Amino acid sequence: MSVETDVKTLVIDEQEVSARAGQTILEVARENDINIPTLCHLEGLSDVGACRLCLVEIKGSNKLLPACLATVQEGMEVSTNTERLQKHRRTILELLFAERNHICSVCVSNGHCELQTLGQEQGLTHIRLPYRNPELNVDASHERFTLDHNRCILCTRCVRVCSEIEGAHIWDVMGRGINSLIISDLHQDWGSSACTRCGKCVQVCPTGALFDKSKIGSDHPKYPEFLPYLNLMREAQ
Amino acid sequence: MTIEELEQIAKNVKQENEKYDYEINVCMDLACASQGADKLKDALVKAAEAGAKKVLVRRTGCMGPCSHGPLVRVDPEERLYRRVNASHAEAIVKSLGGAPVPELQCDLDEHFDKQVRVVLENAGYIDPEKIDDYIARDGYKALLIVLTEMTPSGVIHRITESGLRGRGGGGYPTGLKWGTVAKAAGDVKYVVCNGDEGDPGAFMDRSVMEGDPHRVIEGMAIAAYAVGASKGFIYVRAEYPVAVSRLTTALREARRHGLLGNNICNTPFNFDVEIRLGAGAFVCGEETALIASIEGRRGTPKPRPPYPASSGLWGKPTLINNVETYANIAPIVRNGGKWFFNMGSERSKGTKVFALTGKIANTGLVEVPMGIKLREIIEEIGGGVPGGHTFKAVQTGGPSGGCIPADMLDVGVSYDALLKMGSIMGSGGMIVMDDTSCMVNVARFFIEFCMTESCGKCIPCRAGTAQMFTLLTRICDGTGTMADLALLEDLCSTVKETSLCGLGQTAPNPVLSTLKYFRNEYIEHIVHKRCPAGVCQMEAVKSESEVVA
Repeated sequence: MSVETDVKTLVIDEQEVSARAGQTILEVARENDINIPTLCHLEGLSDVGACRLCLVEIKGSNKLLPACLATVQEGMEVSTNTERLQKHRRTILELLFAERNHICSVCVSNGHCELQTLGQEQGLTHIRLPYRNPELNVDASHERFTLDHNRCILCTRCVRVCSEIEGAHIWDVMGRGINSLIISDLHQDWGSSACTRCGKCVQVCPTGALFDKSKIGSDHPKYPEFLPYLNLMREAQ
Repeated sequence: MTIEELEQIAKNVKQENEKYDYEINVCMDLACASQGADKLKDALVKAAEAGAKKVLVRRTGCMGPCSHGPLVRVDPEERLYRRVNASHAEAIVKSLGGAPVPELQCDLDEHFDKQVRVVLENAGYIDPEKIDDYIARDGYKALLIVLTEMTPSGVIHRITESGLRGRGGGGYPTGLKWGTVAKAAGDVKYVVCNGDEGDPGAFMDRSVMEGDPHRVIEGMAIAAYAVGASKGFIYVRAEYPVAVSRLTTALREARRHGLLGNNICNTPFNFDVEIRLGAGAFVCGEETALIASIEGRRGTPKPRPPYPASSGLWGKPTLINNVETYANIAPIVRNGGKWFFNMGSERSKGTKVFALTGKIANTGLVEVPMGIKLREIIEEIGGGVPGGHTFKAVQTGGPSGGCIPADMLDVGVSYDALLKMGSIMGSGGMIVMDDTSCMVNVARFFIEFCMTESCGKCIPCRAGTAQMFTLLTRICDGTGTMADLALLEDLCSTVKETSLCGLGQTAPNPVLSTLKYFRNEYIEHIVHKRCPAGVCQMEAVKSESEVVA
């Protein structure tokens, strides 16, 4: 018995590629070694389309689509790195750097930070925008980990991993707009929350906002690759 | 409830009303009520009881020209009195059948003559808490016609034929939307009414919900029949307590009359409506955020597709329309799609309710046919700019809209024309500004609104609007530079093109449109440290002169 697969062919950056129906543009691009920058996307978690870095241009449409959520269509022509997209990506990164206190030299994630790497990749040499320098708290009440709001970019990976993978849902977002804040439980200290101390949120955090206390001042690489593996093993069971 | 029973109710109401020689209608909408319309009504009732003539005193919804309130209309003469208070009650009752009370008379013929009332046809004529009043004015007739004589596809055909477009702002063809939901697979479907009107200076939906709540319910029931839904939700902001209580009463009355519930009009059609309150977030007017809020989750938008028409409330196909869209349904069903199609302009059909506010003589609600010139709305219906000032701009579409200057007032109002001018139809707010308004400051006000109302999910809207606000504040303070202006324009394009939902995508509109039409004001602020309208306080100038001294 053969399972019929619906195959779509499309063009990404002038390269002809094939894909299964239902695949996202991002999945297909990565399979073909075409790099699309992402920040809120993480393999193994649901997508929210919030960081807007993976926006791509589709020929025939003026609207930019998030590659992490847009599914492939037969014959579509995708451009992932036009001048217009590069300009928007740099501006979005600038907005992030100016939003809170991202000072790489004193950050535990210096050299392992996805935001930093993206800045370098996109050729961000300086920030034109005024720095907002908000006064934000550091929650060090947890015995193993620390949350530094100053370095948080509100990608909500921690919220999603805790709710979707760990099933504890201690993280959520409070407030709105520029005053949004990641909170544990009902805005309690992380240490007194219902945290299961699994540390998944720390591993998926793209910046130094969530870090392991035992690694302060030292190299703090993170390993979010465990997620797709964990999902695979769970499905196999 | 059958059509015969409905007609009997209408007949009874008419007979009851014929017992009276005169009707005194008192506008009890918010603007009039806040100026003592309730005391006025009590005084009128008392005076009417003491007098010899048979007089019916009725409270009604918004009559329109709010700035002249409290308003009273005496029928059958259709005499409108303005700025009435309780002390005038006896004089009004005494004048019945004779000459009108001179000091209360108002001449608003020009205001009313240009209007065409479809959505507001009952405003000022019915008591919003009496279902019988609504039935007497052909209420629920359309629903019963639909249930007993029409197929769901026939209803959709009629709505499509009318050319009605969504009145919430986007202007999506209503018939097409209904057709999509009707075709969507699934047994469970929902109908949602978006009553989360949050634009500054807009109060069309509130007036409809408060003044004629049954019209919305009837529209929803017809929609439910057309798309195959049996459950509806009205999402209304908690800041509208009167609308909530009127809707609650209306729903109770409709259930009691068998117009909601199971087997309506002895057909297999079941439908009921629940009210859900918004907790004060502007972004919940966006349909995906509204759905999240009804489901009890944080009200943040989701990228579309999937559209609510295929996956909405709890993943089921969901029809979402605005209050005013539903309010148009019953008249279209009663009078036919052609009737509606023949009103309005080429691609925008029917009428539109606008909330006129700001520097204009007749502030209040107006309903005009699409295609009418902005100048007619502002100068003739609105009575122009008062106090000897000159008109500067009109802001349409709330924080997502733009400012339209004086030399573009001769353009006819339609979805496409407004879009071309850098504004939008929006839900229908219209804020008139005169020479005392600083356009930079106006842009700053709207950006501040978008900044505080941004949900914070996507970066361009969350951080972009905050940065735009900072830059605009600098320009208003007199500390802005030409580099700031360039940066502001750059941010506008990124926020507009990359934001996740409509709030962010349209947030730069007030800045972009003022930059387009009033760029010289920005330059004056930056280069000459001068606010032409005299609104902005310039810090920089002060400190410089101090240094010289």
